[in-house]
Amino acid sequence: MTALLSVEGLGISFGGLKAVNDVSFTVQPREITSVIGPNGAGKTTLFNMISGVYQPGSGRVVLGGEDVTGMAPHLLARRGMSRTFQNLQIFQSMTVLENAIAGYHLQERGPVLADLFNLPSSRRRAAAAQAGARELLARVGLDRAAEREAGNLSYGALKRLEIARALALSPKILLLDEPAAGCNAVETEEIDHLIAEVAKSGVAILLVEHDMKMVMRISNHIVVLDHGEKIAEGDPASVSRNPAVIAAYLGTDAGTEAAHADG
Amino acid sequence: MKISAKSATLLVLVVLVALSPMLFPSGYYYRVGALIFVNAIAVTGIVILTGYAGQISLGHAGFAGIGAYACALAPVHLGLHPALALVLGAAISAVLAFLVGRPILRLKGYYLGVATLGFGILVSMVLNNERQLTGGPDGMEVPELGLRGLLRDAGIDLTNGQFWYFLCGIILILAAWLALNLFNSPTGRALRALHGSEVAARTVGVDVARLKLQAFVISAVYASVSGSLLALQNKFITPDVAGFMHSIEMVTMAVLGGVGSVLGAIFGAAVLTLLPQVLTVFAEYEQLVLGLVMMLVMIFLPQGLLPSILRKVRGKDE
Repeated sequence: MTALLSVEGLGISFGGLKAVNDVSFTVQPREITSVIGPNGAGKTTLFNMISGVYQPGSGRVVLGGEDVTGMAPHLLARRGMSRTFQNLQIFQSMTVLENAIAGYHLQERGPVLADLFNLPSSRRRAAAAQAGARELLARVGLDRAAEREAGNLSYGALKRLEIARALALSPKILLLDEPAAGCNAVETEEIDHLIAEVAKSGVAILLVEHDMKMVMRISNHIVVLDHGEKIAEGDPASVSRNPAVIAAYLGTDAGTEAAHADG
Repeated sequence: MKISAKSATLLVLVVLVALSPMLFPSGYYYRVGALIFVNAIAVTGIVILTGYAGQISLGHAGFAGIGAYACALAPVHLGLHPALALVLGAAISAVLAFLVGRPILRLKGYYLGVATLGFGILVSMVLNNERQLTGGPDGMEVPELGLRGLLRDAGIDLTNGQFWYFLCGIILILAAWLALNLFNSPTGRALRALHGSEVAARTVGVDVARLKLQAFVISAVYASVSGSLLALQNKFITPDVAGFMHSIEMVTMAVLGGVGSVLGAIFGAAVLTLLPQVLTVFAEYEQLVLGLVMMLVMIFLPQGLLPSILRKVRGKDE
């Protein structure tokens, strides 16, 4: 199986400090690959480089055989990459439905003059996107909240809305940055199911997550970062037994996470 | 039947434009009304740029200046009909907004504010200094539009005040219709998305630079048309139309009324056009009271006048 995404020796420095250094791994379609590590290990920075938010200082990102290193996010979106954010990036003053429709931007966009004059072509594009968005909202259980202003939703609901918006792009690869952070047990389980289902539908998933139980349960492949470097990689069972991983977690104040990783 | 926000807004506008003259005690008020509409057209453009897309411009009067002077100069030097001069001014404004917007829309927040401010000052300086062409600070005459004569020949005899009132009213309704169309269109959604979160808009595929530029160009055309109508109506124009104060006025009207909604911004334009007329009773303290009113509105009704009022009214209903 050829990798959908391969990260090759990726690195970046902020003010002389190496935030991420020489990290390499691959992501396969239909699989859930997780990046874990203690706080400040460089997980989100890694994500931001892969998704074009930061320009990598070194290394390459290859998506579907094409070198996409440092490519702008909107161009990556056209190539099938989609992501969510650790700190929610919801369009707060738009409705839930509008947030989901925004995910269909690449399908519904058209000439601005057609939109200004509300031409039939513009209405057709918008209607198609809206139909898709309503289906997606039903899939993540938000169809009843469709007309509400997104800013009024609960945290867990917003997390699902963000995933729905990312799914609207019909991505080949979905990057999820702590999708369960701040969610309660029930919400976490819902998101858990959703991710597994999306992976099963053929999408490659790259996940950053703090909830070790969740990571161990749903991941096919785990990459462990510490101080910006990859210290281990493998399936959940082998990673949780890896001495370097246990040391990294026990060496910080994230001891409880290590306990989860161990058990 | 549930009436859409777009239809409701347009209905309110049509009714206001059509019926307000019944309340006018004298012909003078047609002139005030036309001035409100002219300001409201420019402010509707600000709603698209600032309310939808979240970008600020402190130099849009520059485009109003281009629209105004196109109507003053093109008929004389190019032999264009004044109505075509308005179109030419809008086209020049659009091209200029495109060229200027490309580099400066990369800036954010107050950096963008200062850059647009620079543009406005530049236009204003050119109009002030090119005396042989523009007459400098003394201003210059603008040819008659000529449409009123055509209407009279067709049997519709309007006073000058009435003519400008209804012409500007109709153009404002058209301008509002376009802006409302945009709001719920794919482009409008993308603009509002990049306003909400630029990074998230990028990740769903929005070409942020391109979309901002589109909003900037559209709002420049609105300002240009507004400037043209002002010039044609007054038959005289000075560089003040492109001045810094005029730019600030546009933004203030939009924010005071409620920059997120077309109707709110038009309301803001009406209030700030009327207020100085009302405040003349305060004589030399007029500016002082005006400033005070603006401060109080922003402190107590930060959403803007109209949205806050509507919220109060709806709150009482429930």
